[in-house]
Amino acid sequence: MQRRSYFLNTSALLGFIFLYLPMISLVIYSFNKSKLVTVWGGWSLQWYVELFNNDEIMSAAMLSLKIAFVAASLSVVLGVMAGFALTRMGRFRGKMVLSGWISAPLVMPDVITGLSLLLLFVTLENLFGWPSGRGAMTIIIAHTTFCMAYVAVIVQSRLTDMDESLEEAAMDLGAKPFTLFFLVTLPLIAPAIISGWLLAFTLSLDDLVIASFVAGPGNSTLPMIIFSKVRLGVTPEINALATLMILIVAIGVVAAMYQMRRREKQEIKPDA
Amino acid sequence: MKKLTAASLYAGKNRLMGYLARHKWGRKVVVGIPFVWLALFFFIPFVVVFKISLSESAIAIPPYTDLFSWDVEDAYATLKVNLGNFLFLLEDSYYLDAYLSSLKIAAISTVITLIIGFPMAYLIARSEPRRRMFLLAMVILPFWTSFLLRVYAWMALLKKNGPVNDVLMSIGLIDEPLRILNTDIAVYIGIVYTYLPFMILPLYAVLEKLDNSLLEAAEDLGCRPFQTFFLVTVPLAMPGIVAGCLLVFIPVVGEYVIPALLGGSDTLMIGRVLWDEFSKNRDWPMASAVATVMLVVLVVPIMLARNRMGNKEETY
Repeated sequence: MQRRSYFLNTSALLGFIFLYLPMISLVIYSFNKSKLVTVWGGWSLQWYVELFNNDEIMSAAMLSLKIAFVAASLSVVLGVMAGFALTRMGRFRGKMVLSGWISAPLVMPDVITGLSLLLLFVTLENLFGWPSGRGAMTIIIAHTTFCMAYVAVIVQSRLTDMDESLEEAAMDLGAKPFTLFFLVTLPLIAPAIISGWLLAFTLSLDDLVIASFVAGPGNSTLPMIIFSKVRLGVTPEINALATLMILIVAIGVVAAMYQMRRREKQEIKPDA
Repeated sequence: MKKLTAASLYAGKNRLMGYLARHKWGRKVVVGIPFVWLALFFFIPFVVVFKISLSESAIAIPPYTDLFSWDVEDAYATLKVNLGNFLFLLEDSYYLDAYLSSLKIAAISTVITLIIGFPMAYLIARSEPRRRMFLLAMVILPFWTSFLLRVYAWMALLKKNGPVNDVLMSIGLIDEPLRILNTDIAVYIGIVYTYLPFMILPLYAVLEKLDNSLLEAAEDLGCRPFQTFFLVTVPLAMPGIVAGCLLVFIPVVGEYVIPALLGGSDTLMIGRVLWDEFSKNRDWPMASAVATVMLVVLVVPIMLARNRMGNKEETY
């Protein structure tokens, strides 16, 4: 028993080192004064200054943030509807089809999703003149389609785990479906909606392949700029950008864990 | 008393559903909007891909010929179906090699991910709650950071004069720097690295529910640790193993970014072939044919993955 846990601990530790080594190296190199990655030239913040002075990266970042914001919000609306339909509305025609369509984007390779949406947009434009050209809007539609799947799965699992007695009580007290949903169900699934929105936002911000297919000329998102720079080799500004992104995510995850722990404590207290 | 609550809960569930069922108009909106969205932007695109895979490449905007054409004066409609793209896929061994090599790379990296992920998931699931939260956060954190940037990090690490080679040389394992970047080995490292959380999370979900008394019983009955592991733990963890493997295998088959950044020019993967057909050769019909065949190859694993997810929803 003792020996097994020793083996387990070592292999898990190696696993975690494997997960974190590349991220730590990005952070360290972002402070490297030397432009050559292999040479350590002392600590410096110059790549951060260059990052913020790089208009191409900054405007692409703004575009990506806008797209991610709209796509995440749209996918929350659609994903909550789909999750609600699949857990709270019993049987209806097309339920199997809807649950198939909603979960398939989770595993669909990006190249297929990207190509198929591009060809759809081109065909629609030829037939109806909409969407005229490709750009931010086509990227938003594409991102919403795959992000809503993630939101739906999160909302669905929250709704299945949730006790229905509160909703029943509201119903017994005479709440109409509309009131019931907005005053009872929605507040109860709020944590799932928030994490769904954040996940959708991150996924949209990170997507390279689908956006490259459906973006028109002159609409480069941040991952597209990063990819074109990185293909040519290691770029110190990108290290600085990566460090900032890792920092934001780390703060977010720590805050979420803290919030979860606090809520757990609150839930335990009344019983004690 | 317990029985009563369970029964009343069940009745309540039906009541709630019945109540919602009566509001037909609201129901139609809630089901209809996501349904129409997915039909338009998820299902119909595949039909379009299939249609265009049957057309011919042309120098035009968009760069392919029409399948249907009609002559208004003679009221004459023609349907021109071109199977050439699919025949070419079969004839040219380049495509077949790309499919096979993608499947091989995906299969091998899925197995490696499972081998690395299992002890990690096991340790997280078996540790005390406070530590478990922390370790879980450690797995989720990379999952939330940019995939592209994490692949990029390996480019610097694996360079000929990069840290990995430095370490290997300083401990005396190798005498001169190895070429790791732009080889298949780098592709495997990149894939295993980026897809590891997708394996750990479903494994953790099943291992967390594993009943410790079953393991103790097996040991009391004289099982050696490795016997307990293969005869009790692994069969019980099977749903998580299958789910994790599918979540890794399917997207890896179509992976583009990792072979493009870490692979060499000879690293053949079908996602890359599709991308090149589309952007370099501008042969949209050929890219569509490649996508159609890829989808056919992946349909069985995708359905399996879907069923897994469906089952999970029902049991919880």
